[in-house]
Amino acid sequence: MDVTLKVQRFDPEAADPKPYWENFQVSIEDNGTVLDALIKVREDNDGSFSLRCSCRSSICGSCAVRINGHAGLACKTQAQKVIKDGVITVEPAGNMPVVKDLVVNFDGFWDKVMEVEPYLKPEGPEPEAEYIASNDAMLHLSGVTACIMCGACYSDCTVLEVDPTFLGPAALAKAYRFTADPRDGDENGVSRDRLEQLNKPTGMWDCTRCMECVTACPKGVAPMDRIMALRDQALEAGFHNTNGARHTEAFSDSVEHSGWLDELRLVPKSLGMTNVSALVGYAPIAIQAITHGKMPPIIHKKLPDSKNVRKLFDKVQGPKQR
Amino acid sequence: MLEHDVLVIGAGLAGMRAAIAARAGGATTAIISKVHPVRSHSNAAQGGINAALTDRGDEWEDHAYDTVKGSDFLGDQDAIEVMCKAAGQALIDMEHFGVTFNRDDEGRLGTRAFGGQRRARTFFVGDFTGQALLHVMFEQLIKSGVRRYEEWFVSSLIIEDGKVCGVMALEVRTGQIYAIRAKTVIFCTGGFGRVFEPSTNALICTGDGIALAYNAGAELMDMEMVQYHPTTLAGSGVLISEAARGEGAYLLDKDGNRFMEKYAPNMMELASRDVVSRAEQTEINAGNGIDGCVHLDCRHLGEALIMEKLSQIREIGIDLVGADMIKEPIPIRPGMHYAMGGIRTNVDGQTNLEGVYAAGECACVSVHGGNRLGANSLLDTIVFGERSGKHAAEASRGADYVEFDVNKAVRNEEKRIQELLDRPQNGDRIAAVRLGMGESMNRNLAVYRNEEGMKETLNDLKGLQERYKTVPVDNKGKIFNTDLVFGLELGFMLDCATPIAMSALDRKDSRGAQARTDYPDRDDENWMKHLVIKKGAAGPELSYAPVSITQWTPEERKY
Repeated sequence: MDVTLKVQRFDPEAADPKPYWENFQVSIEDNGTVLDALIKVREDNDGSFSLRCSCRSSICGSCAVRINGHAGLACKTQAQKVIKDGVITVEPAGNMPVVKDLVVNFDGFWDKVMEVEPYLKPEGPEPEAEYIASNDAMLHLSGVTACIMCGACYSDCTVLEVDPTFLGPAALAKAYRFTADPRDGDENGVSRDRLEQLNKPTGMWDCTRCMECVTACPKGVAPMDRIMALRDQALEAGFHNTNGARHTEAFSDSVEHSGWLDELRLVPKSLGMTNVSALVGYAPIAIQAITHGKMPPIIHKKLPDSKNVRKLFDKVQGPKQR
Repeated sequence: MLEHDVLVIGAGLAGMRAAIAARAGGATTAIISKVHPVRSHSNAAQGGINAALTDRGDEWEDHAYDTVKGSDFLGDQDAIEVMCKAAGQALIDMEHFGVTFNRDDEGRLGTRAFGGQRRARTFFVGDFTGQALLHVMFEQLIKSGVRRYEEWFVSSLIIEDGKVCGVMALEVRTGQIYAIRAKTVIFCTGGFGRVFEPSTNALICTGDGIALAYNAGAELMDMEMVQYHPTTLAGSGVLISEAARGEGAYLLDKDGNRFMEKYAPNMMELASRDVVSRAEQTEINAGNGIDGCVHLDCRHLGEALIMEKLSQIREIGIDLVGADMIKEPIPIRPGMHYAMGGIRTNVDGQTNLEGVYAAGECACVSVHGGNRLGANSLLDTIVFGERSGKHAAEASRGADYVEFDVNKAVRNEEKRIQELLDRPQNGDRIAAVRLGMGESMNRNLAVYRNEEGMKETLNDLKGLQERYKTVPVDNKGKIFNTDLVFGLELGFMLDCATPIAMSALDRKDSRGAQARTDYPDRDDENWMKHLVIKKGAAGPELSYAPVSITQWTPEERKY
């Protein structure tokens, strides 16, 4: 199969270092991967073309790049599945500074992994033999430890694009790997200290649930789902005193009560009713909403068939004492 | 000045285990790796890690006997005893570190069957055990506070009067050359898979440590013993885990027959790897294969089991050959996989050079002899990584750094590398030289070997060594110059290739992974011995070393 690779290049030692595009024509096997094509460029066309790659079988996590604009492993992507009019576009992974060509600087990525103290911290004494744990619990964790730290999720995270301080999907999934581990934390497997840390700004509540990390992950780790599970764990452990927790609870209460969202009260409930300075900060937005006719109604009425919504809640959570 | 009591080269499982043990032993410790630790090739071990746990009725002696038999009686029995005795605790340590091993119905560690073993003693995490272990070991490395040099390439080992002084290293991100002083150096640099083409090995497996040690005067042992894995994927040659057969998969010829009946009527597909690879190659050579492959059939295992325990190799089949093992057999063939040989060490990782240690695939203790059992490699890395780290920490306590002229060493290394960069274009390419070497090795040092073929390869290697002296490096820059790294790696690979071919040619019998059509039988009278190879003034020098036999008398191997 003939492929035109349109590759973003960057030479930091050039007189005027700037990213630029270069096209290479290469021929690969019909079921060849994007990595096969990239290696052809490096071996046959231009040895100065730099990329990281090693295992060729989606396990070392070296070759995450953007292929046609989306992050993925070059070695896991069959060229014939992504080729468009004979062309495949390859750029370095996003949200990390480019070092050279497709090589990016992972320092920020790893710093955030370090922030979650990524090692098992049991509070009790170790058993002499193995910890007893259910196979289901371990299989669930293995779904997360399957993460190869390739950075594809980090590359395409839309929160990181605007807020580089966000811990990001990989570090939070890594954190969940410990909070969900029955061996970590207290005798019931609850990792309170971790949850408290992750509850802070830049942590679990900063994800906007855009799903990009779930799409980008080549190993099915679904980082966003792990972040949502972290939130559940935090609420269950009693951490209600954050904007995120209050927002979630206010959102849920409103829908359960009336069948729809009471947008007017959502903001003060999320920020905290006594949090005057934060509330004042929202005043310009409120004024704009009013002047543009977007003010939610002051009286929030129940939807006529809100009972059915409550039934859904009952079904998921079990009936509440009312 | 960068200096450390213990400097570990390579950050796979053996390296990180060694560094953690050295740090725990009180030594100032650093680990240096040409890739980030979690990119290391320990990742690629899929099937599991062996250990005989006494609390479930297994005995280390049984594990040891299976290992001795698997090695075709070339493994050193004293070393195998050390490994198998330590296995249980090593496994439990890894579980306590946080590895998410699959469990049995009672919540205890679960096992699967593996090749060449009479009972199921392979502990596993799905079909990505190596990756699971590697990432957990990295977690422990972080916790230990060991200094990490990530993406630093060791280009030379410095030895003065037979004692280690340190290494020269290239920081890949900046192109700077540094000298790092060390009282002890532990090589944990993995195997030399890329010397062969194709190979299951990652592109980073270029035998760096073996070549560095060999060039500095270290002895290599059993270099002829190169494992061809029975199930490597058609085309790219990437690994399809033995776990598939451990869970019950069949090997089928073109007519759908389970041909292993003819070769290993008791163990069938779970005979030792050398036996299965030879059987496959024999069938393929006899015209019973399918396009140079045979079939691995998992269909009868059912979707549920495949999704729980073999999901990643299923993905590899879909991604790389477009075949879903739930629905159809996948084409596989024997492919170069593992080096049983390497830097000769004792059970504490010590080599013949003072202060130089080795552990993991780059070392030859020898616990694998002529053929390694599946799931003994992860065990080897952890047990001997830890022992090396402990011993090196102790040895460096109270020891002094060996003095050497650091500035001169840096200048010389810079000059050597600049000369490599300054070579004019001549139409040759690094990749072309490597491919020439890899194809020649795979043609003549594969499952079946003979004198004529191996002499041809030795001759090819001479020509390739000449080409290597002038092969140009395209990239002249400093920052992340991977082309320069490939140039240096190619030199290391060529340094490994000749000892492999010379040892194989010298051994005039068939044993373990070495099957010679011109000497088809095992000849214990003349060849029950290790081949040792060392760099002499006039070239490689071969000698012999006895095999340690403690309690298992060599016998004919049948599966």
